Amino acid sequence: MWNKRKDEEYPPRPAAGSTSYTAPVSTPAPAPPAAREPVPVAPPPSQRIPETDYARGGPAMIGKSVAIKGQIYSREDITIDGEVEGSVEALEHKVTIGPNGRVKATLKAREVVVLGQVYGNIEAGERAEVRREARLIGDIRTMRIMIEDGAFFKGGIDIVRADASGGRARKENKESGYAPSQTVLQAPSEPDSSIDAAEVKR
Amino acid sequence: MSRSPAAPSGTGQQRTSNGLDQFFASIRDRENLSLIDLAGASQANISFITEMGHRLYADDLLRSLDDAFGPAEGMLERQADPQRIDEFVNQGFDFPECSVDGALVWDTLQFLGPELLQALVDRLYHIMRPDAHLLAIFHGNEKARTVPIYHYRINNARTVTIIPRGERAPAQVFNNRLIEKVFQQWGAIKFYVTRDNLREVMVRR
Repeated sequence: MWNKRKDEEYPPRPAAGSTSYTAPVSTPAPAPPAAREPVPVAPPPSQRIPETDYARGGPAMIGKSVAIKGQIYSREDITIDGEVEGSVEALEHKVTIGPNGRVKATLKAREVVVLGQVYGNIEAGERAEVRREARLIGDIRTMRIMIEDGAFFKGGIDIVRADASGGRARKENKESGYAPSQTVLQAPSEPDSSIDAAEVKR
Repeated sequence: MSRSPAAPSGTGQQRTSNGLDQFFASIRDRENLSLIDLAGASQANISFITEMGHRLYADDLLRSLDDAFGPAEGMLERQADPQRIDEFVNQGFDFPECSVDGALVWDTLQFLGPELLQALVDRLYHIMRPDAHLLAIFHGNEKARTVPIYHYRINNARTVTIIPRGERAPAQVFNNRLIEKVFQQWGAIKFYVTRDNLREVMVRR
């Protein structure tokens, strides 16, 4: 029903196994003319290490081999393609659950896009989008919703009006005083929470 | 429901539905109602119902059925297991008593085994408000081994586009007497027989 904007498309991910690494840019000192040593040649574009989302200023990314138990607060767009159990909050930003994403959590964000699996409630201040390959069990509360044919959705849908949502979003944002431009992973308040904060499965 | 000569798209058939007309007439001029749609979430139905100011609970009952009771072979036996029935009904229909103002179950009830069907209809009875309406559809050919199943996309309060999604074997022979028996504790039941062998059933709580 709503037109997709190009900048809302799911961002391309680097190839499996690649890491968040940006090749350092080094400028070799000019060789003396007499040396005549082989000059390093930059690899062709196809062999270069792909520029990461971080380097491009793209969304934070939880890769498909990462599992997190706890609370995630984000002040930037975030893409989850791994496993998350707990809660995710990005009140003024966009949360994307990638095709490999498996989330058992409540999601609160300005905009939520689901391509993977979500078991939990979604509160999207402006818009929620459920793509055809998604599986979503939980309630959605948002201003606008888009569900593609083929998506599996089981839950309640509550459309909030613009004035009510705006007021609520502003209020919640004021209450949460976390620092801008960073993603914080917060484990549940348990004695050995450091273990649960970021559990990586391989 | 009668077939319309002009379909809006190549994949579906637009039909006029007396049952749907009566369903929406029963909630006309009311807002903030809670409605159930069991034919699977669709943009058309979500938009139509939420733009009327109502809340919607959506589920694809047939997919949930397959998830809960496994492959087609032996499914009816598993649907008779009381523990599985309780889990299914409690998981999918955990609403407060008398909190639902209407239910669109479409053609899904045909594929529930007797025990599961009765448990689900009883649960719907308890969660729906008095005088709330339920719309169900049953295939008219009682002897058919398999019947077509559809997605139902609401166009307006009187027409719906039905999109084929395969065929499935009915769990029972659904003649009118059996349907009346299933809904025997409900307030009223009305049948609409259409030319294309579908029976729309409007039931009032």
